[in-house]
Amino acid sequence: MSGPAAVVYRTGESYAQRDVFGQTLLELVEEDPRVVVLDGDLANSTRSEIVAKARPDRFFMMGIAEQNMAGVAAGMATLGLIPWCVSFACFIANRDLDQLRVVVAQPRLNVKLAGGYSGLLTGKSGKTHQDVSDIATLRAMPNMIVIAPADAVEVAAAMRAANAHDGPVYVRLTRDASPTIFGPDYRFEIGRAVIVREGNDVTIISTGVQTIRALEAADLLAAEGIGAHVLHVPTVKPLDTDAVAAAAQRTGRVVTAEDHTIIGGLGAAVAETLGELAPTPMRRVGIRDTFGESAPNDELLEKYGLTPRHVAEAAREVLRAGDQERGAASRGRP
Amino acid sequence: MTATDLGEARLRELRQLAIENRRLILRAIHRAKAGHLGGPLSCTDMLIALYFEVLRIDPTRPRWEERDRFVLSKGHSSIALYAAMALRGYLPIDELFTFDAIDSRLQGHPDMTALPGLDMSTGSLGQGLSPGVGMALGARFLGKDFRTWVMVGDGDAQEGQIWEAAMVASRYDLDNLTAILDLNGLQQVGWPTEAGYTARARRPPLDQPRERWEAFGWQVLECDGHEIGAFIGACEEARRIRGRPGVIIAHTVKGKGISFMEGEHVWHAKPITDEELAIGLAELDAQEATLAEAVPG
Ligand SMILES: Cc1ncc(C[n+]2csc(CCOP(=O)(O)OP(=O)(O)O)c2C)c(N)n1
Repeated sequence: MSGPAAVVYRTGESYAQRDVFGQTLLELVEEDPRVVVLDGDLANSTRSEIVAKARPDRFFMMGIAEQNMAGVAAGMATLGLIPWCVSFACFIANRDLDQLRVVVAQPRLNVKLAGGYSGLLTGKSGKTHQDVSDIATLRAMPNMIVIAPADAVEVAAAMRAANAHDGPVYVRLTRDASPTIFGPDYRFEIGRAVIVREGNDVTIISTGVQTIRALEAADLLAAEGIGAHVLHVPTVKPLDTDAVAAAAQRTGRVVTAEDHTIIGGLGAAVAETLGELAPTPMRRVGIRDTFGESAPNDELLEKYGLTPRHVAEAAREVLRAGDQERGAASRGRP
Repeated sequence: MTATDLGEARLRELRQLAIENRRLILRAIHRAKAGHLGGPLSCTDMLIALYFEVLRIDPTRPRWEERDRFVLSKGHSSIALYAAMALRGYLPIDELFTFDAIDSRLQGHPDMTALPGLDMSTGSLGQGLSPGVGMALGARFLGKDFRTWVMVGDGDAQEGQIWEAAMVASRYDLDNLTAILDLNGLQQVGWPTEAGYTARARRPPLDQPRERWEAFGWQVLECDGHEIGAFIGACEEARRIRGRPGVIIAHTVKGKGISFMEGEHVWHAKPITDEELAIGLAELDAQEATLAEAVPG
């Protein structure tokens, strides 16, 4: 391996996902001669400019033309290169959707898609730049893998796994800093969910940075004597259905949490899975079929119901409802 | 290169192959009871020229890394491509009659995962030039000297993505990329003329293709897309362009070769009856006879 050694991210410390993304992209470029970077004129925002500056020979500006960028990536992938297409989530999952379908996913070409600035927290740029449905859109597409990492360690690990996987992968990233929850020995695997906290009263299943807020919700619940079991699901597709069913069965009540619409995202994926494998009373915390707006992060999380307090409240609610349902069920017994 | 450089005998062989390609198109579409005719017939002469003279390819090694790449952006003309590939030896001729059938390698639109030798999957119009740009850019990055050819329809080029790709190709001075515009002036429905919708006439918006491609920084060549010698000459000239991408604007007739299909937009996609097939094949036989008579001595 040549070039810079992989950066180590310290547990508890906060890092912006985009900085980690740019740094890891450079590490991949240095480690793997097949990796090239295509950018849709957002390199300074997404931090792919780290590659543009250090390795201009591996960076291809594609201009503000995402449909063409996806096609160019497909063409390069047929030659054995591994193109990483970088833009905001809202553009990469929407503007070139038909291109992703026809020349990336259908031929299962080895193209990586990095969607920065996903969800509501996009630095006050408002609804045009907030993608609240990218997971739903790309999860529904055959052959597409969808990963939403939680912290710096996982962003780096997920990118390495995505690069090692032969086929299209969408990596959903966020803009701002969040604390690091995984240690240096964390092993990421595509399609594997991880228990990040054990408990026996209620299960919280979350993805992306929302897992950090799920853990804070678990703290709030612990103060009331409620033990929350938190399952982090970085790979929304393929979903770790065994882990989801087991986590649901462990407590008999489920809350899902995501910075994404509750339609078609993680909550929907979990509901689909549990409906077939382990029907369980559940609540979905997420954006409720609406677009966002520009505002500071904390105000957005509050207004759209994504704070740890909202997750904890959903947990209390499903616990109450679960009791009633259980009571009704036992009354119905002969 | 001109027609005479290639030699009259070889040109006659190629014209003969083009007639055979048209026969196979008619018979395969007749058998499938579905598919396109006008567009495939429009680009047949060029596909024969490409697969038999122009492209650096080896049908026994469809994944040969040094091969020229070919992308059919107007993917609905797939049957013409499959027939040319079959004649060239990529697949058995008989397989053409599995076109559109379940489990066939010959999908309605080219599926690169199904048939080796297809360099890109297409069918959603406007998408073919971008992968061509990726192949040309990738070839330069990897130090490979193959050329990438992309055939675009005039309807196909109404998609904005074609012009995104055109912009990026010239920004990167991709002189290892050649586009071929199959300019037959018809599409599926298109725009009416002042006289309204008639069987033949349409008034396309892309009425200044030369100026458009030139404005995007491309070198423009023009030829008759049914004159195989002239087209091969244009391809050779395209290979010599330096410092920017080139486009061959090929003037064509939709439905070329079958009198009742020529310029008739209804034959864009329409199953062909037994009787129509018989008439069409008889016309091709007559063309073949004329070609044979033309042999000097
Ligand atoms: C994005 C997209 N829109 C519509 C179609 C349906 N369609 C198939 S062929 C065609 C007309 C294409 O015209 P042109 O590219 O000029 O081809 P040709 O006339 O040579 O057949 C249309 C509209 C399509 N395949 N893709």
